Amino acid sequence: MNHDTYDDNYIRGILNNVKTIAMVGASPVNVRPSYFAFKYLAQRDYDMIPVNPGQVGKNLMGKPFVASLADIDRPVDMVDIFRNSDAALPLVKDALTLNPLPKVIWMQLGVRNDEACALAEAAGVKVVMNRCPKIEYGRLSSEISWMGVNSRTLSSKRAPIPTQGMRLSLNRVSVGGGGTSAADRAAQLKDDKNNNA
Amino acid sequence: MIDRLPGFATLAIHAGAQPDPTTGARSTPIYQTTSFVFNDADHAASLFGLQAFGNIYTRIGNPTNAVLEERVAALEGGTAALAVASGHAAQVVTFQALLRPGDEFIAARQAYGGTINQFTHTFKSFGWNVVWADADDIASFERAVTPRTKAIFIESIANPGGSITDIEAISAVARKAGVPLIVDNTLASPYLIRPIDHGADIVLHSATKFLGGHGTSIAGIIVDAGTFDWSRDNKYPILSEPRPEYHGIKLQETFGNFAFAIACRVIGLRDLGPALSPFNAFMILTGIETLPLRVQRHSDNAKAVAEFLSTHPAVAAVNYSGLPSSRYYNLARKYAPKGAGAVFTFSLKGGYDAGVNLVSNLKLFSHLANVGDTRSLVIHPASTTHSQLDDAAKTNAGAGPDIVRVSIGIEDKEDIIADLDQALRA
Repeated sequence: MNHDTYDDNYIRGILNNVKTIAMVGASPVNVRPSYFAFKYLAQRDYDMIPVNPGQVGKNLMGKPFVASLADIDRPVDMVDIFRNSDAALPLVKDALTLNPLPKVIWMQLGVRNDEACALAEAAGVKVVMNRCPKIEYGRLSSEISWMGVNSRTLSSKRAPIPTQGMRLSLNRVSVGGGGTSAADRAAQLKDDKNNNA
Repeated sequence: MIDRLPGFATLAIHAGAQPDPTTGARSTPIYQTTSFVFNDADHAASLFGLQAFGNIYTRIGNPTNAVLEERVAALEGGTAALAVASGHAAQVVTFQALLRPGDEFIAARQAYGGTINQFTHTFKSFGWNVVWADADDIASFERAVTPRTKAIFIESIANPGGSITDIEAISAVARKAGVPLIVDNTLASPYLIRPIDHGADIVLHSATKFLGGHGTSIAGIIVDAGTFDWSRDNKYPILSEPRPEYHGIKLQETFGNFAFAIACRVIGLRDLGPALSPFNAFMILTGIETLPLRVQRHSDNAKAVAEFLSTHPAVAAVNYSGLPSSRYYNLARKYAPKGAGAVFTFSLKGGYDAGVNLVSNLKLFSHLANVGDTRSLVIHPASTTHSQLDDAAKTNAGAGPDIVRVSIGIEDKEDIIADLDQALRA
């Protein structure tokens, strides 16, 4: 499938259905993007598991760090990769040894590894690359609109009042699926740059 | 959940606006409050640290303003937007995020007189150096690029001349130079031209004009296209480097393709302070609901008026890009096929004095320094909006001494034409 742009229904289906998320590269440092995303998703009632071998023995939002995916004591629905693109391949190989298999491999904003993606998809695992689940959740629920961000969704229904520890509805009308012409152009420019490099 | 692309008119009414969570109010409420309570200390810290989405203080963000921001971002096809107190504030906040003292930017000299003043004098006191280029000569932009160039600025339809800018050609220059293209889209509005579709990285508006449409409220908007990689070569440290006041957050790393809009909000708006009143945001939002209807009518009326003037014996020349005689006609057909806008200039055979007489003899047109109102407006730029420029700069900007600028309203076109006819005969 095309990993430059995603249909909103694809992202919506993932965020509506996963419950347990292992975040590889979760940081206890409260100015790192992984910390923001971990905290936000935990407050949206996802069962978050921080994976970081350098932090074992500590907790993140009350959840104990584990050293690797193999050390997790329960089935994982989604592996969220907060590492660089090169690290994604061995991590996906690790994830594909889990039993049961995770349903989704999610690579963070700026992380893309097409080889790892192909491996996961061949095993029947859904893949999202170069996106942030916090931003996508905020966008599809329109919570991110409070920051002037274009959620690319519409709704004529009364909005829920966003509070901590609450799942928000992601089921708004999408304005043209996942992409915008600007997003397509950004992806195109990135491809051009990579090809020229 | 339908996966179809709503049309422009649907977005103009619905984008960003949802019935109020608390009351069910269908129209966007005016959240006329300075501040918003926190749930607890952790929530407050999360908001101040940019970790959570939410409201703190109206100088930085407000729910009414947020609806306006998302509405305009949707209409322009951008990733996010920021509403500010005026179009001029939009320019200051935008350039503040891009330039350091000693940096340069290239701007088309076909620009609003107030912009020429702001760039030439006030920006200079910040150490931001404008280098002028000619929108009719693409090579002049290429020649102006230096290692200190940080951005290129153009107007999609230039004020007051009404000329159409070749956005794609100038976008290619910006891309080659590795700098963002900033397009002021005030006179076109996204209904006529969507600059992001043609290569703009940032779109600015004086929302005071066609977006509001009613001439009641001053406002400005910055739209982030989400297309520019700010971290590529460390030319834009506000976006690529850790921000000390936010404990080392890197804005592009954290906010991805809407990092520029966030930078403008959490640094420029926070520290320069030109916040938009929620009341004015509400007024602009109300105007935008009818934007496609109004701008089509403005453009249709303007074309009829331009055709009338072009055959009038007292008129020397009409500069309207929607007329086949215009040098910009082909650019108008490419970029603005629905119409060439409502603002244009013409010159009178009787020169400066005839222009002054015309303005004083008009009865329906209002003589004032605005454009994009529902009413037909007229002004003599050389003695008003462009009076602080020298004669050469006036002529370069399309505001020579014999030029009259009109902004054609949405009255009955027969009445607009009759008023011009009687004033030209008087």
